[in-house]
This record gives sequence, structure tokens and C-alpha cells, in this order.
Amino acid sequence: MTRHFRIGGGLHRKTLHAVDDVSLEIGEREIVALAGESGSGKSTIARLLARIYQPTAGEIYFQGKPLSGVRSRADMLRYRSDVPMVFQDPFGSINPVFRVSHGVHRSLKLHRPELSAAERTEEAKRVFDIVGLSPAADVLNRYPHELSGGQRQRVGFAQALAMRPKLILADEPVSMLDVSIRIGLLNLMKQLRDDQGVSILYITHDIASARYVADRLIVMYAGQIAEAGPVEDVLAAPKHPYTQLLLSAVPDPKAELSVDASSDRGEPPRVIDPTPGCRFRWRCPLAITDCANITPALQELSTNHGVACLVAQAGAEVKAF
Amino acid sequence: MRTGQTERLDTGLAGRTSGPVLEIRDLSVSYQTKRGTVRAVEDVSFDLASGEFLGIVGESGCGKSTLLFGIAQLLSAPAVLDGGSVMFEGVNLVNLSEHQLASIRWKKMSLVMQSAMNALNPVKTIGAQFTDAMRAHGVSSKAEITERSVEVLRMVGIDPVHLRSYPHQLSGGMRQRSMIAMAMLFTPDLVMMDEPTSALDVVAQRSLMVQIKELQQQLGFAIIFVTHDMSLVSHFSDRLMVMYAGQVAELGATRSVFDTPRHPYSAGLLDAFPSIRGPKVPLTGIPGSPPDLARPPQGCRFAPRCPKVQDRCKTGPVQLYHVEDVLVRCLRAGNGVSSGD
Amino acid sequence: MAILTGAALGEPAPGVAEPGGQVHAGQAIGRIWRAIRSNKKAFAGAILLAIFAFLAIFPWVIAHDSPEAEIYGRSLGPSAAHWLGTTSYGQDLFAQAVWGTRETLIIAVVSGALSTFLSVIMGLAAGYLGGVADAVLNFITDVLLVVPTFPLLIIIVAYLPGIGVPGLIAVLVVTGYSYGARQLRAQTLSVRSRDYLEAARVRGERSIYVIMVEIIPSMTSLIVATFLGTAVYNVLAAAGLQFLGLGNPDSVSWGTMLYWAQNNEALQTDQYMWALVPGALIGLLGAAFALLNYAFDEISNPALARVPITRTRGLNPVVRRLRANRAD
Repeated sequence: MTRHFRIGGGLHRKTLHAVDDVSLEIGEREIVALAGESGSGKSTIARLLARIYQPTAGEIYFQGKPLSGVRSRADMLRYRSDVPMVFQDPFGSINPVFRVSHGVHRSLKLHRPELSAAERTEEAKRVFDIVGLSPAADVLNRYPHELSGGQRQRVGFAQALAMRPKLILADEPVSMLDVSIRIGLLNLMKQLRDDQGVSILYITHDIASARYVADRLIVMYAGQIAEAGPVEDVLAAPKHPYTQLLLSAVPDPKAELSVDASSDRGEPPRVIDPTPGCRFRWRCPLAITDCANITPALQELSTNHGVACLVAQAGAEVKAF
Repeated sequence: MRTGQTERLDTGLAGRTSGPVLEIRDLSVSYQTKRGTVRAVEDVSFDLASGEFLGIVGESGCGKSTLLFGIAQLLSAPAVLDGGSVMFEGVNLVNLSEHQLASIRWKKMSLVMQSAMNALNPVKTIGAQFTDAMRAHGVSSKAEITERSVEVLRMVGIDPVHLRSYPHQLSGGMRQRSMIAMAMLFTPDLVMMDEPTSALDVVAQRSLMVQIKELQQQLGFAIIFVTHDMSLVSHFSDRLMVMYAGQVAELGATRSVFDTPRHPYSAGLLDAFPSIRGPKVPLTGIPGSPPDLARPPQGCRFAPRCPKVQDRCKTGPVQLYHVEDVLVRCLRAGNGVSSGD
Repeated sequence: MAILTGAALGEPAPGVAEPGGQVHAGQAIGRIWRAIRSNKKAFAGAILLAIFAFLAIFPWVIAHDSPEAEIYGRSLGPSAAHWLGTTSYGQDLFAQAVWGTRETLIIAVVSGALSTFLSVIMGLAAGYLGGVADAVLNFITDVLLVVPTFPLLIIIVAYLPGIGVPGLIAVLVVTGYSYGARQLRAQTLSVRSRDYLEAARVRGERSIYVIMVEIIPSMTSLIVATFLGTAVYNVLAAAGLQFLGLGNPDSVSWGTMLYWAQNNEALQTDQYMWALVPGALIGLLGAAFALLNYAFDEISNPALARVPITRTRGLNPVVRRLRANRAD
């Protein structure tokens, strides 16, 4: 059985189009990377899936059932245990007043009430071991400020794991960590997918880490999907100009040193009261007149590889950046 | 000041002053905690030539930011500069009084902080903050102030109309650029930057870096760029300094350090970057965490995490060895063995 | 004061209480006690308060005479038999002062506690719930904040003649909670956007739980400070009301002592002790609370500021833009 998410919706806060008509699917045992700049709507999608916000329009289906049908507290809790979230800020996402065992114990109490206190402690130790925090009993007794950033993020994953989730929403889990520590957590995510059978929605603005960890890549811009497909396909042959821009901006230590002045200033997209038309057109060197009038829809150009660009869809070769 | 500026702009291109801009010798910073003295920076020495771009790279807690503040004489209790000298254009900053430092600050040496949102005053417009800075350093004519403010904003690619904007009205990238513009007000000889791009997205990061490099080539100032992101700075720096646990681990020309890292830590850092081109390989990063600087390990500070550690690494302090054109703090390098073995 | 983050401090800041399974209350109290001991001002305040508490609970241990008995010589000066002399009615001043501690302290502590309780509920609920609830609660609080408290007290009490201690406490609480409520609301607003609260919501916790367990412990210091501040104010307000004769003049408290002293023109008739002693005691009690307040301010800073750590990565020491005392 696959787990589907289909969101077609917009979140309007004073006409701020955070997410507009986004449809995506996440299957079992896969890591889907959602990449984009700040303001692209990726965090909003995570919060929509976590039911922190309600979609203004459209529907989210989990395991075939629509979320709007989830009303009772019991159903709600079940959903929350199936789809927990890991946050970005290792220093803000754990309550500093309690020991790190607090969050895990609360998760267990809320979502697996059949466990006894002793079983809860065992379970807490088990998930801490899985995420690599050993010796578990020792780490459980520490306070957040006694742990490093990387360790705290692992605690976040442990809290999620304790609920026996099907899908973990990871909102930029490594962005605030040192580069040398990120790999450890990225490896952990791969391990969770392989060993624990958990799907992960990995939200990031770093394409390189997305490539390292994800099976599929979805690139977002200004609240809409620009390109989506298997990660290797998208990176090997990016069809949307924005994807190409992202790729060109990634510093690669193993690449040749070069300083070619990019004309792009990196300004965030306009999502307040947007007019119809492609939202990338102001920064796109390939924009044609139609781009200002028709909002491109996501269209599959090769197997499972969809692009929302009129120029690409017209079959032209896209080599923007 | 106007004449001085034009002179500087004319001599422009490859650095202005003769001789090194900065000579750091055995700089050490420590601070007292409940658990003892923490040596946050230990015996750091390096030179910075005029117009040179030096990147300082390391994990959190390695002391790179502390080093920067130590150079700028901006340390506050309980952190104390307890050793070494900072020769800036021939003058030892450590011995200067606050008053003497004020004449150097911002005019010859400026500092760009990590998070512009924290460093910019949220209740004042950008223009007002530029005015503050200039007034503090002796410029009083309103016409001059406005003219220079407009000039520096144009330099960083911001429309001068934003002089009337408040920080929260600008995007992250623009805020960071205005911080840099503010640092350029007096065309200093040295600009120090503490992770100026960490809060930005990849695209904004790149465009900011390019901008910084362009400005440097145009105006000829030296840059010290502190970051944890090695790949970012390596495209733009002339020399690279890798710091670990308060000490210099490796220091040399960027290309040398990059192509053949001789310190296992530098090699580990380079390996920790997943690449978007080329084959997908599983990476391991650098397991473990930096040592507790209140009780640093006996021998090499990296020994507990080093994949190539030997017994002799654990006894006695390790000095910096010269290997070709690079300085490395590693016993294996000292014996002429590179990190590749 | 440079802020050192956790690794340097080695343990969480004291004064942060930890309800619920993980840590014993005893440990939290132990930590608070250590913090008080290490801070001279707080320690002095704590000692003073302890003395007053002792006098309130066991007044007969020190004062052997009855405070109300009008049996002694009138208007006597201080002597071995009467340490502070006697009133115009022949009452022993020392006994009055000691026995009066009880009522004054009760007013201070009870009204302080109730007022703080009300502040917490109004302030936290307003800050956390936001929206309409916030608007309504805030409106009530703001109105009470703006109205001048003491004149309001006088008016209310004047309409309720012979009001006893419970009545006085009730009035003080209702008129005095607003200041604390505002502060707590502001603090709640600043804490509200913390990720760990969102994490708790996503975990499935109920709002009540989030407020009680996740927010309140991080505001303990502010709550204690509110309590201490309110207690001081209430002591003064109660004494003031009693001085004006609006309380029950037959009760024994420092405020009523002042009332009777004033009535009998104590200062003009050279009966200085009668007028000065209650005033001095009120001042001392206020000082005791205020000194303790200092301690909690200093403790609370690291506790409250520890959460928004200024560096986004790692546990760096924070170095700031002021010059240090340098070793050279």
C-alpha cells in the first residue's frame, strides 16, 4: 500500500500565495527532497502536511484517506504519530528546561498508551540507540545544552521514531549544523529509510545534500513546483531554468575554481498578489512573451520527470545558466 | 576625507599599502569558566598581505570567530587576550588605548558580523545607521554623508532609495549587502567578515560572494573571511587557514590546501561535502566532536578523531611543520608524509 | 555580563523548576537555595524574610506581652521593661510590632500569591491563545492597569466599611494583578514562536498541556519576580489603607499602628517610636522582598536568555563589543 499526498491548495494570509496548486506524491520507503529558496513555500508544505496549517484549497490524502475527514482526537493522534516532524533549529526545537528524555517519553505516552512505564523507558533507549546516541541511558538523562547541535537533531529524529511513523517530515534538519556533521545525519536518514522502512520528506535549500540522500527531487519556486523527478535524472538533465540556476550556484570544492559574475542577484520571488504567468520570468533569460500570461503547469516530459516551463514544454533546449 | 578617498581609489587594484597589512604572532585568547581556563585560541600566527583574501575555516567552537574578535580588539570579559601581538600596518593593536583604536576602526579596518539582522539596528533606517557610522568617525557634512552612502550602496548593488528602508523591509541578501556597504564607508585596508553568508540561500550566497570579490578587486582591500563552509570560500580566497580546537591546523595557498590537504582534518572537511556532479559516493564525515577546550587532550588535539592517528600523536604538543608552501600541524606531515598515505 | 552557554556553565541555571517525572522538586529547590546563598543581596533578603516569618508564626517567643492589653503606663519611652515604650493607650509597642508582623506578612504573601496566580492565568492565556481571547483578556487587564490603583483601593474600601483582612486581600489582588499579567503576556509572546512549542503541538499535545508544562517552567523566574514585586507593593498598599483608617482599626498590624499613632499625634507629642517603628518595619519587609527580587533577576537572566542562543551553531563563548579588563 502506498502513501499518497496530493495537495492542491493555496495558503492565503493577506493574499500571500505561499503554496499554489501543488500536487505531489510520496511513496513508501522513499526519501523525497523538496528543494527551493526561502519563500518558495517548502516549509509551508511541511506545515500543511503536519496539519499546523489547513489548506485553503485542495486535499491531502494519507494512505488513501483524505485528511479533512480526520476529526476526532483519536484519529488526529493517530495521524500525528504516523506523520511526525523534525525541525530545523537544534537549539530551539527542544525545550531547554527538561532533560532530552522528556520529549520521547511524551511522544510515547501520547501515541502508544498501551506501554507501561518500564516499556517506555526501554523503547526510549531503543530509539536513541537507533539514531546513534549511545550510551542511550546516559544521553537520555542529559539536558539539551549538554549536547551538540548534531546530537540534538538526532534527538529530534528519535522523538519521531518513537511514534513508529510512516513518514517523517524533516524541515531543513541539517541547515543549521556544521558541514562536517551534516553527513552523519544524512546517513541516518538513509538508514531510517532502509532499516526502519520510513519515508522521509526532506526539505532543504541545499541541492547537494538532496542528491546525496533522496530518491526523488522536487524543486519549488515561489509556491509552485518547477521541476520534479528522480533525483539523478533531474540533476543530470535539468530542464527548468531555475533548477539550472540552483545547480550553477552550488559551490563544488572539486570543481574548477572560477569566478564568473552571475547576473542573478538572488532576490526572493514575489508571492504577494501574484499575476498569472510564470513567476520565474523576471529572473529567466529564456522568458518569452507567453511566460507573462500563461502559468505553466507541471507536465511530464520524460518518465516521471515533470517540468513547469513553457519553453521546455515546447520542446526547446533549455540552457539558461 | 574626500581627497583621501580618491587617492585610495586611484591606487586601487592590487593592494594599497606596501608590506603586510596584518602580522599576527602567537595570538592567544582564553577565558575563565567554572571548570577552569578555556584556551579558545592558542598561538595563532599568520601574515596578511595587502589586498589578499584569506579564508579561515573550521567547525563551530574552533575559535575562528573568537580569533576575529581578538584581532579587532573587541573581546569582552570573560574572554581575554592573553598573549601575542596584532601588528596592523606596523602598529601593535594590543597596546593601543580605546581612543587610539577608534581612529583605526572603520577607517582602516572594519568588521562585518554574522547575522545582519542582529547587527543592524532594527529601529533605524539604513541611511541613519550609515550616518551614525560616519559621524562617529568625523564626517559631519550632510552632503558628504549622503553622497558616500549612495556611493557604497551602489557599490554593493542596492538601489540607493533603500537608504530610507528599515532592515526588516529588506531581504536577507540585501541586509547582508548593506552591512558590507557599511563596512566600505571609509574604504578600509582590511575587512573582516564573520560568516556573512550563513543565513542566506545558495543563490544569494553565490551572488554575494561574487560581489565581495569584485569589490575587492576594485578597491584593493584585504579580506579575512571566516566560515564553516570550506567549499564556499575556496573559490574566492588566495590563502586558506583551517582551524581546529583553537589552533591552526593547516595554512597555505588555497589551491594547495584544496588539492592536497595534508592535515587529516582538512581532508575530512573536504570529504564531508556531497558533490552534485560526478559519482555518488557514501561519505562518513568526521565522527566525534571537538575536544573540551578546558581540558584539551595531551598531544594532537585532533588525535581522538583522526583516522590516521598513531601512538606518538597522543604525547606532547604538535607544532606547525613546513611542507612545501603549506604549514601543517601534523606529525605525519612533519615527517614528509602527506595525508594521502 | 557575558553570557556563557551551557557547556561552560556545566549545568542548567538554578531557579528553573522542573515539574513532572524527570527531576525531583527537591533538586530544583536545592538549586534555588544555592543560587540565593551565592548572591549576597538575596541571602540578606532571605534572612530578613526568615526572621519576619519566624516572628509571624511564633510571636509569643519574643514578645511576652499582649499587644492589645492597655494595662501599662501610657506613653512611656523605651526602657528595659518595654523595649520600644508604650502607646498612649498603655499598650506595649514591642509586642504590637511583633504581633503585627503576622497580619502584615499574611497580607503580603497571600495577596502576592493570589495576584501572581491571576497574572499567570490572564497573561499566559492571553499570550498563548491569541486572537479574540487575547483581545478580551487584554482589554480587562489594560483597563485595570490604567486606573490609578491606590485611589481605586480607597474608593472601594471606603464603600465597604470595616473590611477585614480577606476583603483587603481580595481588593488588592483584583486591582494589582494587571502589571504582572502584562509582563507575563509579553514574555509568553516572545516564547510562543519557539520551535519546541510547535514541536509539542505537532506531537499532539493539548493547549493546556503546552501552557502548563512547556511554557511555565521557562518563566518560573519571571513569575517569582512578579510575586516578590507584588508582595512589596501590597504591603505598602495595605499599610497605606490601614493608615487612612480604611482597614479594621482594631486589628493588630503595622498599618493600624500607624493609624493610631497618627490619631494620637505621636510625632508631635514626642512619641517617636510609635510612629517610626511600624514604618521602619514596613520598609524592612519591603527591602527583604526587593533583595530577593535582585537574586531572581540575576538568576533569571541566564535562564531566560539561555534559550535564544546567540550563535546558530555550536557552543561558542559570546564575545561582545565592550573592552575587557585586560591582563596587560
